[in-house]
Amino acid sequence: MSGSLLTPNLVGLCRSLTEILLGIVKAIFDALSLPGVGSWFVSPGVVVFFTYLIATLVMVMWAALVNLLSVMWVERKLYSRIQDRRGIMLGVPWPWSKKYKRGMTNLGWGFLQNIADGVKLLQKENITPASADKLLFHAAPAIIVSSTIMVFAVLPFSENFYYTKVALGVLFVLAALSLGPFAIILAGYSSNNKYTLIGGLRAAAMMLSYEIPLILCVVAVVLLSGTLDPFQMVAVQERPLMGTIVPSWNVFSPPQMLGFVIFFIALVAELERIPFDIPEADAELVEGWTTEYGGMRFGFLFGFKWLRAFAGAGLLVILYLGGWNGPVFATVSVLGYPIPILPQEFWFLLKTYLVVMVIIWISWSIPRVRADQVLKIGWNRLIPLALLTILGAAVFKTMGWF
Amino acid sequence: MAEFWVNMGPQHPMTHGLWNLRIKVDGETIIDAEPIIGYLHRGVEKISEVREFQKVIVLTDRLCYVSSITWSHAYCLAVEELMGIEIPERGKYLRVISLEIQRIASHLMWLAAFGADIGLLTMLLYALRERELFLDLIEIMAGLRLNSNYTRVGGVRNDVPADFEKSCQRVIAHFLKKLDEYQDLMENSKTFLMRTQGIGKLSKEDAINWGVTGPNLRGSGADVDLRRTIPYEVYDQIDWEPAIEKDCDCYARSIVRMREMRESCRIVLDALKKMPPGPYRMKPPRRAEGEAFRVTEDSRGEALFYVAADGDDRPYRVKIRSPIFCTLAAVPQMMRGHKVADVVSIMGSIDICVGEIDK
Repeated sequence: MSGSLLTPNLVGLCRSLTEILLGIVKAIFDALSLPGVGSWFVSPGVVVFFTYLIATLVMVMWAALVNLLSVMWVERKLYSRIQDRRGIMLGVPWPWSKKYKRGMTNLGWGFLQNIADGVKLLQKENITPASADKLLFHAAPAIIVSSTIMVFAVLPFSENFYYTKVALGVLFVLAALSLGPFAIILAGYSSNNKYTLIGGLRAAAMMLSYEIPLILCVVAVVLLSGTLDPFQMVAVQERPLMGTIVPSWNVFSPPQMLGFVIFFIALVAELERIPFDIPEADAELVEGWTTEYGGMRFGFLFGFKWLRAFAGAGLLVILYLGGWNGPVFATVSVLGYPIPILPQEFWFLLKTYLVVMVIIWISWSIPRVRADQVLKIGWNRLIPLALLTILGAAVFKTMGWF
Repeated sequence: MAEFWVNMGPQHPMTHGLWNLRIKVDGETIIDAEPIIGYLHRGVEKISEVREFQKVIVLTDRLCYVSSITWSHAYCLAVEELMGIEIPERGKYLRVISLEIQRIASHLMWLAAFGADIGLLTMLLYALRERELFLDLIEIMAGLRLNSNYTRVGGVRNDVPADFEKSCQRVIAHFLKKLDEYQDLMENSKTFLMRTQGIGKLSKEDAINWGVTGPNLRGSGADVDLRRTIPYEVYDQIDWEPAIEKDCDCYARSIVRMREMRESCRIVLDALKKMPPGPYRMKPPRRAEGEAFRVTEDSRGEALFYVAADGDDRPYRVKIRSPIFCTLAAVPQMMRGHKVADVVSIMGSIDICVGEIDK
């Protein structure tokens, strides 16, 4: 199996970086003949503090800047192509191209469009309705953003690219993801608007009916792999399947195949994508619970849905699609370190983005399901099938078939 | 949960124009509904009284901005009956062709709006893409795309170019292929069926009692198509079948419209084949006296024009019967008992056009 790009891991790399930086600081203070201050900076507590500060920054930047913008771009480009149009095209050409003289152009790849939209939202006025419950109204975007960022505290991108190793990592991710609907209910209630209220109540109903199958499917996976630790879960899926070269991803096991489908549907509902986007149904509820938000608050509510989609897809990949397992062994040696050509991060991101693209593809090709039908699907179909998945997983585990 | 009124409009994504639908909800269930119209009233009937017969066409074009030719045509028919003139045969055929192209364009606009309503935004883009082709055909015929001002009292504005038949055949061949795709996208989609089947039931008796006409009435199983029951122009010489569905729900209404688009394509091709050479327009008399009314099958139902004149060169009174105005009266009955999300299915399936409601 291919290796990871980072050695030893994210925090370890950040520690080396911090030690170098703090060494420079110490040298400066030594030169200023303040050796006490200098040695305080390299004391273990301060080093650990700065290490985690830098690691947090790196992880948040990686999640919220790189991946959020990429997922937004992928979505907007992909659905534009599905709809037979070009989509966003704002971009700055390369400095050496002839087009560069004209500055910004609308003939580019469109990656800058999302940044431009963000800047536009920042410039807009943050309107708070006069009759809103101000505390809750302001708290809802903060809860959405922070709970989504929390997922990346434990979501590993490879064996070494992670922020913390938690034994109950999968549980943590699920808990952080399911905080989102609470913020939606808060937003819907506090805006004091009929549309937002209906949207918030729909979100509450949907959370009840789709969190349960989601977690029941995870239970089935946990039964088979015997752990809630994402690293061990991926390690279990690494061995070849019954003597073939196909890896034994969970999705290839018969009960988990059903579980995969249920988890995927429940995930789409959890992310409020179009077949199940009833809390914010734009045609009937005028964007539902986000109606009263404006400016960057709306930007956060709207934009972090994509980051939640990315996090959910990452969880799906870890649970069912073998995580960062990939088929390439080749490495190149740089200064004695083996650097993998197609590292684990590549495989993880590839699978995750493919899952995200499938979600986008589905959500732009079928209509929205009605609210009561959504609940009916959840309670009448998904939950019994998820229980069946658990039963199947238990049978397979006892018989040792998979 | 307490019952409360929710305003869906005047500014709401569902409304397709400027009107207000107040619904009384108990949780998600609709108890009552009340359409409020009049935001777009322009007084077309009254302004018509100070304009000469020919100049009223500019106003009737703007009655419904997605189906302008059919409205102007209804007016022209009424005025021609008032004047007692018979237009040339080629003019009749050209009118039929333009009417059916306009009907397809109008139904495509409905398809786009219906798709966007029930959450399928891709359908909006697809249907508008194909609508462009038919607007281009109208542009070739009339020189304008939307408010085409094509039908005139005494015929049509101008003849079609020599290669028009070829353009029509190419566009229709392309469109029929795409229409199969759209029908796949709708009929084979379980989600679409869930959203439309059994929603907004309107029985045949209720539909007739409320004065519902057009595709909505045919979706309720009534075999009423004025192109066949009271044939005007040359519809009786053309080979076509009306589209009738018996399910009375949103799905039946949408299938009726899909089938009507196919039939319209057939009518256009047939009319182009049978169209005789000759003059396409005659000079109508300037003044008229008496009263006349004609009904036509508009894209949305039965369009009636009553024109009275007192010997002047302008109408004394014009009365318009708008099909959607009457259909809107049946809306509360269709909605009671359904969920909030069904409002968009029902309103989308009856194809609202506020311009002709408010006149």
